[in-house]
Amino acid sequence: MANSINEIYCLGIESTADDFGVGISTCSGEVLANISDGYIPEKGGIHPREAARHHAMVASDVLDKALNQAGIKSSDLSLIAFSQGPGLGPCLRTGATVARALAAYLNIPLVGVNHSIAHVEIGKLKTNTTDPITLYVSGGNTIISAFNSGRYRIFGETLDIALGNCLDVFSREAGLKHKKGIPLGAALEKLALDGNNFVLMPYIVKGMDVSFSGLLTSAVTLLRQKKYRLQDLCYSLQEIAFAMVCEVTERALAHTEKKEILLTGGVAANNRLQFMLSLIAKDHGVSFNKVPLEYATDNGAMIAWTGLLAFRSGVVTPIEKSMVKLRWRIDRVDIPWIT
Amino acid sequence: MDNLIILKQLQKGAEATISLANWYEKKVIIKSRKIKKYRHPQLDERIRRFRTIHEPQLIYEAKKAGVPTPTIFLVDTTNMLIIMEFIQGKQVKYLLPLLSKTERSKLCFKIGELVGKLHFYGLIHGDLTTSNMILDDYDKLFLIDFGLGEKQNELESRGVDLHLMKRGFQSTHNQFANASFRDVMSGYSNVIGEPFTTNILEKIQEIELRGRYVEERKLK
Ligand SMILES: Nc1ncnc2c1ncn2[C@@H]1O[C@H](COP(=O)(O)OP(=O)(O)O)[C@@H](O)[C@H]1O
Ligand SMILES: [Mg+2]
Repeated sequence: MANSINEIYCLGIESTADDFGVGISTCSGEVLANISDGYIPEKGGIHPREAARHHAMVASDVLDKALNQAGIKSSDLSLIAFSQGPGLGPCLRTGATVARALAAYLNIPLVGVNHSIAHVEIGKLKTNTTDPITLYVSGGNTIISAFNSGRYRIFGETLDIALGNCLDVFSREAGLKHKKGIPLGAALEKLALDGNNFVLMPYIVKGMDVSFSGLLTSAVTLLRQKKYRLQDLCYSLQEIAFAMVCEVTERALAHTEKKEILLTGGVAANNRLQFMLSLIAKDHGVSFNKVPLEYATDNGAMIAWTGLLAFRSGVVTPIEKSMVKLRWRIDRVDIPWIT
Repeated sequence: MDNLIILKQLQKGAEATISLANWYEKKVIIKSRKIKKYRHPQLDERIRRFRTIHEPQLIYEAKKAGVPTPTIFLVDTTNMLIIMEFIQGKQVKYLLPLLSKTERSKLCFKIGELVGKLHFYGLIHGDLTTSNMILDDYDKLFLIDFGLGEKQNELESRGVDLHLMKRGFQSTHNQFANASFRDVMSGYSNVIGEPFTTNILEKIQEIELRGRYVEERKLK
């Protein structure tokens, strides 16, 4: 498969949170491999150090599988990319260590990639969009961003916890279990389908920002009171939380006058959220684009692809500048590949 | 409505449709909060009703605080619309990049003074973007769009109000965001005083850190 002499192969490593992923991309935007292994906590949320231990244990296996899937040898690689932040310290450091070792061993350049930017870039690639307003919603991030004068700018974000975190904490409190292939959000979505009684809870929007902690506290309190059916609470929680991110996305859309909406991140898998955003898009005469699930959740392919974009514009990360950045914001990074 | 002649739709804003109309030979704005089909009907009705009633109240309070706002002529909670004075002028969003450095600095100082007056009086605007500021043809600066406003005087709310404006500057007016926000804060300080301005700047910094990637919250 991999024979063209001109082709550049980039291997990307993703390890910001509970997934360890390896992807391989080419310059033309082809994804040759995208393998991931997720850590599932026995109980409670992610324990960063346990997740990091998981990543270290599966790393060589995931790397092997990715190279196999791509049908190339490690010596065919020209570039190693890794997610340098934002994320959980121990997890990020494990991925970075693997990346540094590989780059040094193969004697090829290293590129540190901003995880949030990678979500946007792979989303644009896979949906054929060029200049979208992006709603990125996952367990650790809630960001509404769009490109403006050299960088991805943040138009809206959460003032406290992330949307996915809000859904997960509630689900766990309700006794739902995270199983392989069925994340907590999916379990909650399924229950919500059987809800029909709307329960009003705090709806908090400030300009283009949202706040979920009041909603979460209220939902958990009502759950413990056992006054409502769980299905109705799941349903109402989704309706309110999604309406909040939809409202700020619409506000950012009106403000920026962009013509495309892009939905990505783990929560992008939710059908109800997709439908709500598609209605907004229709209403404003813009296109709605959802990133395919494989590329919407954390994955290595997005890191590989973004690493290539950066590398082609002359960006490399010398080892001494490759420390991980736990709170690296999307708007702190110059984007030389968009002109 | 009697004698109301709609001239044209000016804008499809974030949450409302804005039309220019003639009403007894006077130009007016109709701000209509249409049904959002994506929202649950009960939630939608509640949000639209709340904001339709709230916005005129706050617009009136802001006037009392000495901040120019459009005069409200009619509030209709059946159709969820507000009829208000038309401010003939330019949206600051489009104006700001066209100004010279000194003019821009003066306008930002003025913005800061108005926000200072609001906060001093115990009001929060709730959506301080340059889309929601109009400089009229006589060079008088107006604040509009109080639908997300609140009567509040907590440091936290004031901090969030200014944080939103600062980030709005960074995302929309990056070339001069930092200088402009500094000018806004000197106008603010001019009204509300130095000590409080120092406090609020610290608060803004604290708020900025919160939205960043945070570790999962665990329930107690
Ligand atoms: N009283 C007014 N006079 C002139 N223009 C107005 C007036 N009210 C609104 N507009 C214009 O319409 C736009 C949207 O109105 P706004 O009240 O901000 O609604 P939204 O909540 O949808 O943002 C404003 O940005 C402004 O350009
Ligand atoms: Mg507005």
